[in-house]
Amino acid sequence: MSALRNIWIIFKRELKAQFNSMLAYVFIVIFVVLAMALTFWFRNFFAPGGQDASLEFTFFLWPAWLLMFLAPAVGMRLWSEEHRTGTIELLLTMPMAPWQAIVGKFLAGLAVIAIAISCSFPIVLTVAYLGDPDNGKVLGGYLATLLYGAACLAITCSVSAFTRSVVACLIISVTICFLMLLLAVPPVQDYFTDILGGGVSDAISSFSMFSHYNDMKRGVITLPNVTFFASLIGFCLFLTSIVIKTKRS
Amino acid sequence: MIEVKNLTKRFGQKTAVDDISFTVKRGEVLGFLGPNGAGKSTTMRMITGYLPPTEGQISVDGADTVNEPIVAKAKIGYLPEAAPLYADMTVVAFLRFIAELRGKGEADVERALDTCFLEPVRNQNIDTLSKGYRHRTCLAQSILHDPDILILDEPTDGLDPNQKQEVRSLIKRMGEDKVIIFSTHILEEVEAACTRAIIIDQGRVVADGSPAELKARASGAGAVSVSIKGMAGSGIRSELGSLPGVSEVRETDSTESAFRGQVLPSKSAGALTDAIFNMCKDKGLVLEELRVEEGRLDEVFREITVADTKLDGSKMGPADSVAGEVTE
Repeated sequence: MSALRNIWIIFKRELKAQFNSMLAYVFIVIFVVLAMALTFWFRNFFAPGGQDASLEFTFFLWPAWLLMFLAPAVGMRLWSEEHRTGTIELLLTMPMAPWQAIVGKFLAGLAVIAIAISCSFPIVLTVAYLGDPDNGKVLGGYLATLLYGAACLAITCSVSAFTRSVVACLIISVTICFLMLLLAVPPVQDYFTDILGGGVSDAISSFSMFSHYNDMKRGVITLPNVTFFASLIGFCLFLTSIVIKTKRS
Repeated sequence: MIEVKNLTKRFGQKTAVDDISFTVKRGEVLGFLGPNGAGKSTTMRMITGYLPPTEGQISVDGADTVNEPIVAKAKIGYLPEAAPLYADMTVVAFLRFIAELRGKGEADVERALDTCFLEPVRNQNIDTLSKGYRHRTCLAQSILHDPDILILDEPTDGLDPNQKQEVRSLIKRMGEDKVIIFSTHILEEVEAACTRAIIIDQGRVVADGSPAELKARASGAGAVSVSIKGMAGSGIRSELGSLPGVSEVRETDSTESAFRGQVLPSKSAGALTDAIFNMCKDKGLVLEELRVEEGRLDEVFREITVADTKLDGSKMGPADSVAGEVTE
């Protein structure tokens, strides 16, 4: 019980800090505006005779690319700032386990991402008005986007535990997220197939967040896909706690 | 209350704290002294559970800081060096956040605000506060849960003289029924607030005792300062030198008709003052000043910590310049 209480206290403070710094507003506005603009301009949302009313190839094409750099922007301050200002010394001498602070901070970042994603809801209403979308796919798309954002955020979390520089954290995190996307892009896959053979190449691309994201946005919410994101997030948060611990000894 | 046993901390090759042991009981205010980089902050950080020790144990009121960190941390209030704070919060919001984590309520927040004189800035954002207020906000955070143990790393650093005085009297008042450990560079602070002082140098305890005991260790302790009118030069020097128990006579700023200086005893100073007084009376000299020197804490500090530095290598500069850096 006290663990949940502590997580809640940290979560509240961190979420307030995100909104106090205006960063959360900037993030939400940029995410929604870009997602909508890209959907309408580049994917021919209103193209006559195109696909059935669907969000799969229009709206849900973009979040993976947007979150790749927007999620690190939300998470970059989580631990870097604590290191930089020295407040980590206060936080870690409070009577709670460090993992509670890690989870609380992560959830606060995730809340900002979730708010941003849910602010795109008018597009769902639009599609529902215009046609008859597959609700399973819409739901799958949102779940996929949220899990994808959470994974990028968790990666950022562990990077920010390493460095006191917020900018370094942003750049490194975006790079890692980008590489994790890239593993499943056809040219890269072909390259690995050429030098390592198909089996290894498949194994490598199964580590790509993109392939799991694509599966899920088609409405294929399978255990392996969810497990992939859940274990990636769990691993990154565990790594965060290791980094925070070893930094002190 | 606090038991530190064979505490060692190494960062890579560097040994920051080297086999330190001491205990502190309730009602003691312990001053941590030492040159910069001596290991004071590292020791305090290990007691608060922020840094894990490389070797050794710390028991805080019976709770081991490594095995029962949460129990130990709940008993401690900690003011880190440089008083870090969440700059984007207001003073009262920050204290409420700490109170929640400590399982305390609004009454405790109000009490902490009141004790640290923070009422005028309670709704101000922390990043707009002056250094003195920031420091006191962090101090308020450390006393909010009325802890049995207070660890204060340079609590008066960066405060103006009035604020320093306030913090010192606060420490003294709270020290009556708590354990307080605080580090400082200001030696008069140790005399003003501590019941006991530990001097740390290069990670080791080099002196441990009450301020009075430490002062008695100064080479100048027990010397008698005199100012005598009516005789000067070698005459008075030999008169003083021939008194029983005198080992050395130092002349400081004598004039043609008066002698000023110090008489260093070989054994106890008690008899020296009598002997000097009687000598003056017999010779018909006017004794203007006769005072037994207590020995100064900065002298002890310098002697102990510089001696160690000199032992370490010939690369160091002359002793005086080292001493200058140390007490700066």
